[in-house]
Amino acid sequence: MKIAVCIKRVPVMDQRLPIAASGIAIDESGLKFDVNDFDLWAVEAGLQLKEKLGQGEVVIVSLGSDAVQEQIRKALSMGADRGIHLKAAAVPPDARVVARALADELKPGGFDLILFGRVAVDVSNGATGAMVAQLLGLPCVTAVSKLEIKDGRGRAQRELEGAQEMVEFPLPAVLTIDEGLNRERLPSLKGIMAAKKKPLEVKPVTLGESRITVRRLQPPPERAAGRIIGEGSAAVPELVRLLQTEAKVL
Amino acid sequence: MPNLLAFAETRAGAIRKAGFEAVTAARACADASGGGEVHALLVGAPGIAAKADSLGEHGANVVIVTEHPAFERYNPEATAALVADRIRSGGYRVAVFSSTAQGRDLAPRVAAILDAAIVTDVIAMAIEQNDIVVTHPVDTGKLIATWAIGGSPAIIAMRPGAVLLAPSARAVRVERAEPVGDPAAVRVVTTELRMGDGATMDLGDAPVIVSGGRGLKSAENFRLVEELAAAFGNAAVGATRAVTDDGWRPHSDQIGQTGRLVSPDLYVAVGISGAIQHLAGMRTSKTIVAINKDREAPIFKVADYGIVGDVFDVVPALTAAVRAARAASA
Ligand SMILES: Cc1cc2nc3c(=O)[nH]c(=O)nc-3n(C[C@H](O)[C@H](O)[C@H](O)COP(=O)(O)OP(=O)(O)OC[C@H]3O[C@@H](n4cnc5c(N)ncnc54)[C@H](O)[C@@H]3O)c2cc1C
Ligand SMILES: Nc1ncnc2c1ncn2[C@@H]1O[C@H](COP(=O)(O)O)[C@@H](O)[C@H]1O
Repeated sequence: MKIAVCIKRVPVMDQRLPIAASGIAIDESGLKFDVNDFDLWAVEAGLQLKEKLGQGEVVIVSLGSDAVQEQIRKALSMGADRGIHLKAAAVPPDARVVARALADELKPGGFDLILFGRVAVDVSNGATGAMVAQLLGLPCVTAVSKLEIKDGRGRAQRELEGAQEMVEFPLPAVLTIDEGLNRERLPSLKGIMAAKKKPLEVKPVTLGESRITVRRLQPPPERAAGRIIGEGSAAVPELVRLLQTEAKVL
Repeated sequence: MPNLLAFAETRAGAIRKAGFEAVTAARACADASGGGEVHALLVGAPGIAAKADSLGEHGANVVIVTEHPAFERYNPEATAALVADRIRSGGYRVAVFSSTAQGRDLAPRVAAILDAAIVTDVIAMAIEQNDIVVTHPVDTGKLIATWAIGGSPAIIAMRPGAVLLAPSARAVRVERAEPVGDPAAVRVVTTELRMGDGATMDLGDAPVIVSGGRGLKSAENFRLVEELAAAFGNAAVGATRAVTDDGWRPHSDQIGQTGRLVSPDLYVAVGISGAIQHLAGMRTSKTIVAINKDREAPIFKVADYGIVGDVFDVVPALTAAVRAARAASA
């Protein structure tokens, strides 16, 4: 079984993200970066499938500047077999452009399974996986939280709002991985050493033209400072009154 | 004066609130840019056409209905082919979807078929000359981006709750459209849909969300949250990652950075500390109530109304009071 996992380098979210002087990007100097959370769960899913089947290959694909090689190495140190760095100076927030570049690379790869994260936490669009599936003409299941592959067919659970959907699909297929499927393993020291010798192919790509331009980047509007209205159940009548007369939600 | 298409999302044979919101968003956008028409697309099993008029009440001029038994449940491949075909033949400038699990599955497929730009989780949109300008939270809500989308069509998915439903009645013209290809010949087959118990609504539809955190101490105590949600009558149940990780609630209930992004009229946080990753999913709620025994809990910084207290004392009292208030106004 040949599995591709597409991973994105994103800023770590529990740090301050200062807006650059341009007003349309964050100032990346000194920021910490990591693999997008959902993509780590996708890597873990790929590794577990390979381990379960006792054979196969897990290939990591990432599009971006030279910096993304750090994230590819992390996935290799978790146990993936090789990496492909699609090299482009800057990646626009237009998922069409990203999906096209990834699809062009993945198409001739002969993969049985192509895994994505449900969403990249930086651009927060959640579109790339399903777009790649469509471009490749492959069956696609999004937001997968349970997965089983057997005899060339897959069974998955999808997360809806307050509901779950069970689906069956043939291989090859494209899946986007949601939280809940697994927790990613930490790279072991041995894994980190081994990753240094694993193949990482660099392929320059020319991206299509973005139809999305960033106009502004701003902090969210401040919420009015919170207000504590009382203590214990004695405060309940006042809360109900405020919900009725002020917030008008009751 | 371009026309807009709105996809009227359904579940279990009913139009979802998010579906009406997509129509409302398209209406507002059309009105603000010279008054193009809004065409709503309604896809479902035979009989769904009966719901067409309700889309007119929210501002649709035309409702395009496609009925087929294979559309009883969400059918991604056949729906994407149909929607893309309608957008192409209708020449719409913008197609508006809902940023729900279903919409986030459908809209990218449609965008790929049409080679169109797509933005999901949009909280505001407008047409400005040649661009569609959207506001979209990025970096887990730490920043708000304004993006301009050039080219036509633009594919937009609106965050549930970001649009206030406003009546805008039109006399609708109903048109029929045939499916594209055979909707029954799909590769991904849905074998089962597991829904909640029915006493509470789902996170995509509910004007009120009651969420519980680790302060509830156990899965059994989540009953308190469910009862409060049931007392509101129009509420869904949500949870923190601490709770879904411990298996007290399914992952689909999780609100936050790696969970659902919601914007209800009222969000009640019960025994939730208010970690930044949780706030990422709910801080755009219109009114926030927090109940926590720790006066210093960060959730109180964003709560419009906070009660410092023990959930086991406050929540049952609140449930009774909400029930009484609703009975009095009924
Ligand atoms: C990458 C990443 C992604 C994450 N994504 C998410 C996400 O999507 N959603 C999410 O929610 N979290 C997410 N988290 C986790 C987040 O950081 C917090 O750990 C989590 O939100 C805490 O949940 P909690 O508030 O239920 O628990 P706690 O932080 O343990 O808080 C429990 C609260 O209950 C109060 N309490 C205790 N007993 C009582 C009582 N008897 N009466 C009243 N109050 C009581 C306590 O004072 C406390 O404030 C993420 C974390 C990381 C690192
Ligand atoms: N630059 C990239 N390189 C590789 N994979 C990517 C890239 N951008 C997005 N992806 C994949 O697409 C998923 C969804 O991204 P998005 O549609 O941007 O939210 C991510 O979780 C990754 O799996």
